[in-house]
Amino acid sequence: MELTTIWFILIAVLWIGYFCLEGFDFGVGMLLPFLAKDDTDRRVMINTIGPVWDGNEVWLLVAGGATFAAFPEWYATLFSGFYLPLLLILVALIVRGLAFEYRAKRDDAKWRRNWDIAIVVGSFVPALLWGVAFANILRGVPIDADHEYVGGFFTLLNPYALVGGLTTLLLFLSHGAVFLALKTDGPIRHRAGTLASTLTAAAVGAAAVFLVWTQAETGTMGSGVAFLAAAAALGAALVATIRRREGWAFLGTFVAIALAVAGLFLALFPDVMPTTLADGAGLTTTNAAATSYTLKIMTVVAVCFTPIVLIYQGWTYWVFRKRIAAHHIPTAPATDPAPAAR
Amino acid sequence: MDPTDIARWQFAITTVYHFLFVPITIGLSAIIAGYEITWLRTRNPQWLRLTKFFGKLFLINFAIGVVTGIVQEFQFGMNWSDYSRFVGDVFGAPLAVEGLLAFFLESTFLGLWIFGWDRLPEKLHAACIALVHVGTLFSAYFILAANSWMQHPVGFAYNPDTGRAEMNDFAAVLLNKVQLVTFPHVIFSAYLTGAAFVVGVAVWQLVRKARTDDDRALYRKAVRTGAAIVLASGIGVAVSGDVQGKIMTEVQPMKMAAAEGLYEDEAPADFSLLTIGTPDGKEEKFAVKVPGLLSFLATGTTDGKVEGINPLREKYIETYGQDPGEKYYSPGDYTPVVPLTYWSFRFMIGLGFAAAAIAGWILWATRRDRVPRGRVLLWSAVTLPLLPLAANAFGWIFTEVGRQPWAVFGLMTTDQAVSPGTTTAEVLTSLIVLTGVYGVLAVVEVRLLLEYARRGADPLPDPDPTATDGDDRPLAFAY
Ligand code: HDD
Ligand code: HEM
Ligand code: HEM
Repeated sequence: MELTTIWFILIAVLWIGYFCLEGFDFGVGMLLPFLAKDDTDRRVMINTIGPVWDGNEVWLLVAGGATFAAFPEWYATLFSGFYLPLLLILVALIVRGLAFEYRAKRDDAKWRRNWDIAIVVGSFVPALLWGVAFANILRGVPIDADHEYVGGFFTLLNPYALVGGLTTLLLFLSHGAVFLALKTDGPIRHRAGTLASTLTAAAVGAAAVFLVWTQAETGTMGSGVAFLAAAAALGAALVATIRRREGWAFLGTFVAIALAVAGLFLALFPDVMPTTLADGAGLTTTNAAATSYTLKIMTVVAVCFTPIVLIYQGWTYWVFRKRIAAHHIPTAPATDPAPAAR
Repeated sequence: MDPTDIARWQFAITTVYHFLFVPITIGLSAIIAGYEITWLRTRNPQWLRLTKFFGKLFLINFAIGVVTGIVQEFQFGMNWSDYSRFVGDVFGAPLAVEGLLAFFLESTFLGLWIFGWDRLPEKLHAACIALVHVGTLFSAYFILAANSWMQHPVGFAYNPDTGRAEMNDFAAVLLNKVQLVTFPHVIFSAYLTGAAFVVGVAVWQLVRKARTDDDRALYRKAVRTGAAIVLASGIGVAVSGDVQGKIMTEVQPMKMAAAEGLYEDEAPADFSLLTIGTPDGKEEKFAVKVPGLLSFLATGTTDGKVEGINPLREKYIETYGQDPGEKYYSPGDYTPVVPLTYWSFRFMIGLGFAAAAIAGWILWATRRDRVPRGRVLLWSAVTLPLLPLAANAFGWIFTEVGRQPWAVFGLMTTDQAVSPGTTTAEVLTSLIVLTGVYGVLAVVEVRLLLEYARRGADPLPDPDPTATDGDDRPLAFAY
């Protein structure tokens, strides 16, 4: 197989990892106001993703870095072209990341409420915008002969892309609810389970529209198979949420997201960023790629180190496999500054 | 203003900001790992209290280091897309490897450390923070390799057909001679910074808050370990910086000339501690000089010849042609902004020496069982962490401004590097948004740090008799 094809696959794998993992922690973040009845509930929810959210986010950083190294043209055109949406995503990730770390550091209702807003908005914005961005990549954007993006911000907000955004949003919400049902105990587990069925049903609807649309526009044999399998997995997840089989439900949404993203990449290949301009030049795995020397080096590094990363990340999930409930949350937050000291 | 200027401002602001938190993360993770391991070996609970106390301060700092790093990663593509196209083949590789080797390690094991109190076996728990530190070292190594390549490109060939730099020797990129001295310099400065942070907090607690003998002994440990590390790293920074100066003179002679504001060749060349003259340094009114020191820094002998800006400019024009970046820099030549280069170099060194001197004084004042009382010492200690933080910023400003007009030395100027397609409005929006967000975050973070620093080390909790299984206990460091 061509090295450029291998790297296209590896980058797809990194995005799959990112969406499957950070997908549920975006979901948990967005569900904060809907599932929690009090501050302890909110802390239970946040602590289910506490040990892992940062590691999940690194999948994005590595996807970005790998694109830079393997397909410099793609990295350059994509990131400079989608400028404002990316800025929004960056700001969202900034406030969200800090919110997890800071919200419990002060026992002050207003402080916590502000950080809660940061978590909800900071999870919502990327969950929506990643879908919009991917849909635009698939659909093609105006790229001129110099590989420069020449559209504006509003070029990106077309109906197809908005359906894409809605799809990732609902998929992540459902993934997050299913995850919470699996990882918590007590009343919140019950509420999460109930909400999970509704959200998964909604996700089935949005995904059906988006994937059929994609298949009709740019689909290939391979992407069709992946989309059908994704639909089957999501359907199975829906059944499992209704029956309260939490483990199976999580497996279902996880596999569904993985297959759907895989299908998108299959539909894209061998393009990486097609153009909509007649006299433009789109980017493909060959004209956007780095030299084979760099690709070889990167392949060796990826082959040696990816398994190690998978092992220790997997181990983290094993260490924190137990459900979290209210009694795990320290009562008087050990973290309150003593009033006398202020 | 055109996009290049704004993009430059944005890069400068966001990197300097990121680099306020980076050295604290690198230095403090090492110190905390040291405290936790010492606790395991001595079983003296004071070390455990110190681990937890500085651990919480560390987490407040780490969070902001992470989120500002994400901006850096995306910024190359957003603002410097032509740069990314030109060097992606060489430059992308260390960046990708950094993510795979370093960021996964840091974030995963930090998660384990935060949530693993009472859940992981003690030794494993200490190993987690040690691995976080290893992750920060990897991260520093690869990103500095990328930066060193920009200072002194090696291991590549320029391909006129594709118009880009193509890598042909990855080992040469990783073992660039500039990198081999930059890495120790930056790591020593990070240890200095982390330790200065510990000293500042601990002296304040010792002098102002500690009431019991136990507390006094606790903070004395922190003060003395911290101050010793500041001193030792101060020596490391000076030695590595000295070697760096020689290599820099070799690969970027103009930077050294600008660092002294030296316009003509001199042998021996003096080093001025302070110059009062016209603002561009072209004419000097009054100066305090150390004879031969510049020669020593640049060449290793006190009478070596140091080239001046004017002759170097001729040479550069001969080698590289007329300066294509003249629009943004001193018109028509290859001179970086001399006053900024001159002063940032001096401030870096001066603040570093000041920090080491204060640390020495504190070590002396706390010898045997003494608890210092003087106000001057207290306030010197409290401001101590600010000195290396500023020195770091000046160090980067010196390195990067001194390289101008080049983005990649000898290959690509900064104004060729900028994204051709992005508009002034876009870049300006992002500059304003990011600076605004960073400003607010700085206030929040500093207040939180001060609050926690003032509170001091918590007493150790009594073991909960009802919990038999570690997994049932409340999460000690829960969010
Ligand atoms: C010498 C050290 C050093 C330097 C020069 C830089 N960084 Fe940094 N960076 C670190 C040392 C570091 C670190 C110690 O590894 C951090 C700091 C706090 C942290 O969490 O990790 C980090 C965090 C960090 C993160 C977040 C990682 C995570 O999620 O865990 C990213 C994406 C970057 N950095 C990227 C960059 C880029 C693109 C830089 C170049 C402009 C850069 N950093 C300069
Ligand atoms: C390794 C970490 C890096 C640090 C700590 C760092 C630090 C800095 C600093 C302090 C400045 C301010 C100088 C100024 O604008 O006056 C600066 C400017 C700049 N840096 Fe770096 N830099 C780093 C890596 C990079 C990388 C990887 C690039 C690649 C594009 C880069 C490109 C630039 C550019 C284009 C400017 C603007 C030039 C200028 O304004 O003079 N730097 N950097
Ligand atoms: C005797 C003291 C010192 C000397 C001789 C020295 C020398 C140097 C030199 C020559 C450079 C530029 C390297 C280049 O552009 O190629 C540099 C950069 C730098 N210095 Fe220093 N330095 C000293 C002290 C310090 C201190 C105390 C700190 C911080 C606590 C510090 C932090 C930095 C940083 C962050 C950089 C930029 C990164 C790099 O290029 O290494 N330095 N130093």
